Amino acid sequence: MTATTLALASLHAAEAPLDEEEGGFHAPGTEIFNFDPLFSIGGLEVTKPMVMAFFGTAIVVTLFYVACANPKMVPGKLQALVELGYTFVRDDIARSIIGKRGDKYVPLLVSLFFFVWILNLFAVIPLLQFPVTSRIAYPAVLAIIVYLLFIFLGIKHQGPVGYFKNMMFPPGIPKPVYVILAPLEFISTILVRPFTHAVRLFANMFAGHVLIAFFAVTAYYFIVETQGLGIVIGVAGFIMTIAMTGFEMFIQVLQAFIFTLLAAVYIQSSVEVDH
Amino acid sequence: MNVAELFGSVGAIGYGLAAIGPGIGVGLIFGLGVQAIARQPEAYNLLRQNMILGFVLTEALALIGFVAPFVYPTS
Repeated sequence: MTATTLALASLHAAEAPLDEEEGGFHAPGTEIFNFDPLFSIGGLEVTKPMVMAFFGTAIVVTLFYVACANPKMVPGKLQALVELGYTFVRDDIARSIIGKRGDKYVPLLVSLFFFVWILNLFAVIPLLQFPVTSRIAYPAVLAIIVYLLFIFLGIKHQGPVGYFKNMMFPPGIPKPVYVILAPLEFISTILVRPFTHAVRLFANMFAGHVLIAFFAVTAYYFIVETQGLGIVIGVAGFIMTIAMTGFEMFIQVLQAFIFTLLAAVYIQSSVEVDH
Repeated sequence: MNVAELFGSVGAIGYGLAAIGPGIGVGLIFGLGVQAIARQPEAYNLLRQNMILGFVLTEALALIGFVAPFVYPTS
C-alpha cells in the first residue's frame, strides 16, 4: 500500500507543474517540493520525504549490519564493498584532516557520509525521485549535530575560556587588527558556520532537482503536448534530462563528501589549537 | 523618489550579482590548483583536499545569494 501511495505521490509531483486547464508551458517552481501528507499518526502528518528519510536510515543500517555483523578475515563481496567505503572515509577524511586523533570520529563521519549520500541518491531513483536533503530541515538537523559536537569538543579540549580566546584571538597578529578580527572570527565560527554547512547541501540538492524537473517538463511539453518544430527543443530537453541526471549523481557524491569533510574540519579546529 | 522601476524577479537578478564574485573565486582556485598539480604531481592528495576546501568556502557566498530570495520573499 505504501509503495503505491509513494508511486502516486511521485507521479503527482511530476505532473504538478503542468496545468492542463490553463494550457501553455509552466516551468516548475518551488511547488514541486511540497507534498500532501500521505497519512497522519496522532496529528503528525507524514509526507513522502519523511517516509523516505526512514527508508534511507533503514537502508544504511541494514547495509552495514548485514555486511559487518560477522566480519570475515577474507571479506565477501558485500563486506569488501562496505569496507571500501569505510576506508575511504577513514583515510581520505578522518585521518588526512584530523590526523591520528581522527579515528575516534570515524563512526560519526561514516554515518554522516552514507546517510547524506543515500538521501541525495533518492533524487535519481525511479518512483522515489526526490532528494530528501532538499528539504532544509534534514541538512539543518545534521548541521546542528555537528555544530553542538564541535563546540562541546572545543570546550572540552581547550577549556571554556581558552576555546573562545583561541577562536577570537589567534596569536601572532598585530594588536590593532584584533579589533576587526575578533568579532569577525566569532561571527564566522558561531553563526555563519552552521548556516552555510546546512545551506550548502540544501541549496545544491534543491537547485539540482529544479534543474532536472525543468528539463523533464520541457521535454514532456514539447514532445507530447505540442506538435511541429518545437520537437527539436523537446528532444534537446530529453537529452539534457539524461545528462543532468548523470551530472547530479556526481554532485550527490561530492556534496556528501563535502558535508563530511567540513564536519571533520570543524572537529579538527576544535580538538587541535593552531600555533 | 523612484530612480528606476524594476519588474519581474528581483531574486534572479540578485542571484546573478551574487554569483559574480564566487565565479571568479572558484575559477582562480581550480586554475591555480591545476597549475600546482602540474608543477608537483606527487602532492596531488594534499592539493586536492585544499582545492575542494577552498572551493566549498567560496561557493558558500553564491549559495547565500541563492537562498536570500526565500529568506526575504517579495510578497
